[in-house]
Amino acid sequence: MSEAVNITVSSGGFDAVVQGIIDYFVSQIPFWQDILLPALFDGLFVTLQLVLLTAPFGFILGMLVAVSRVYGPKPLKWLAKLYVIFFRGCPLLVLLFILYFGLPSIGIVLGSYLSALFGFILCNSAYNSEYLRGALQSVKQGQMTAARSLGMNKIQAIFYVIIPQALRRALPGVSNEFIYLIKYSSLAYVVTVIELTGAAKIIASKYFMYFEAFAAVGIFYLVLVTIATVGIHFLEKKLAIPGVSGVINK
Amino acid sequence: MFESFSAVTDSAGFLLGGVLTTLVLVGLALLMGFLIGITLTLGQVYGAKIIQRAVSVYVWFFRGLPNIVLLFLFYFALFPFFGLSNMPAFLVAVIVLGMRSAAYQSQIFRGAIQSIADGQMLAARSLGMTKWQAIKSIILPQSLRLSLPGWSNEYPVLLTDSSVAYVIGVAELLTRTSQVISRTGEPMLLYLTCAVVFILLNYGGMMLIQHIEKKVKIPGFGENECEQI
Repeated sequence: MSEAVNITVSSGGFDAVVQGIIDYFVSQIPFWQDILLPALFDGLFVTLQLVLLTAPFGFILGMLVAVSRVYGPKPLKWLAKLYVIFFRGCPLLVLLFILYFGLPSIGIVLGSYLSALFGFILCNSAYNSEYLRGALQSVKQGQMTAARSLGMNKIQAIFYVIIPQALRRALPGVSNEFIYLIKYSSLAYVVTVIELTGAAKIIASKYFMYFEAFAAVGIFYLVLVTIATVGIHFLEKKLAIPGVSGVINK
Repeated sequence: MFESFSAVTDSAGFLLGGVLTTLVLVGLALLMGFLIGITLTLGQVYGAKIIQRAVSVYVWFFRGLPNIVLLFLFYFALFPFFGLSNMPAFLVAVIVLGMRSAAYQSQIFRGAIQSIADGQMLAARSLGMTKWQAIKSIILPQSLRLSLPGWSNEYPVLLTDSSVAYVIGVAELLTRTSQVISRTGEPMLLYLTCAVVFILLNYGGMMLIQHIEKKVKIPGFGENECEQI
């Protein structure tokens, strides 16, 4: 930065300022090309891995919790409710610390990557279960009665009649949670997983390039989130039931 | 693990200070988010085209970036770049959390304002009110009440997000818990305590907010009716 400022002060004039800025950016190219971007792409790979591994497991676990909260027997209901209260109320960072620093003291060593992954899955499933529970409860009672009267047992009715309808209604919430997941995957850095944020922090401290590193990593996240938003919007339109979930198309 | 519960009781005062810091941090961020959020909403709904654009970019930026990246960006890069390198971490955390919350809150308010039909605005204008008067005394009182259920969700979100201020060293609950652990070495017990305190703060705060919600609710004017206005 200081180079650019010096040039402006010494020669004045608009052209010199522009030249100074251009010179500054040209002088930055090797740093970006050889150091920053390769590191960030490595980090991006880890972030994507974490997100794509968490999403399906978080969804399935969330579905199990939601179903047991709505249709399970009393003790299971309470257990599921406790699960949701704990994992939604506890900040993810605290959860990661419990998994990474706490568990080894009672003899379970997960390592940084697995603690991050388990933490994300637990947190993601708790939030997903709330959306899914709302969707399950929004399916009318008569549907269950009708399915039972056709000779289905309770599990069949839930699986073939209730869930297919509930899934579509839960989609906006669940997909929103996916976008949150991309963002909070950055917390894995705190338990020393070198993902996007971790890679940027390391480069920033090593070369003292805080502005460049965090601006670059910011762009990475913005691109990721924007792509995910557009993709999800497309999916929601595709899966909307005409006339029922028409609100989504607005 | 649990044989020495004294690890918690011995540093209870220190940890309570952390709880206080967390609550002040959340409170200030909520307030700042509210004030900036309202301004953003008015800009986005009633402002000129260019202001609407600017607000959309702001919202896109602050909603698209993870908390931790924003904290790093402001604490290590932006504030030092503008010559504020000895800005206290607490203040940076308040500003970042507040600006981020503003982006979310503005969208909640926008939904509420847009759900109030344009007819209200037209009626107010036809009675001789200026646009600003109509916004201030017709639109906002209704829409703020309508947005309360969505808005009350901001508190738990900010509370859980506030723990991320740990990464820039704000002495809130999680940071202090970690400091106690590095002295006494009882990670499982202390982190679990920290989690339970956060959960209590979370649900306690929610109860308080629900109480306020009931207080300010206009009778017969609930969430269900908002479509019919």
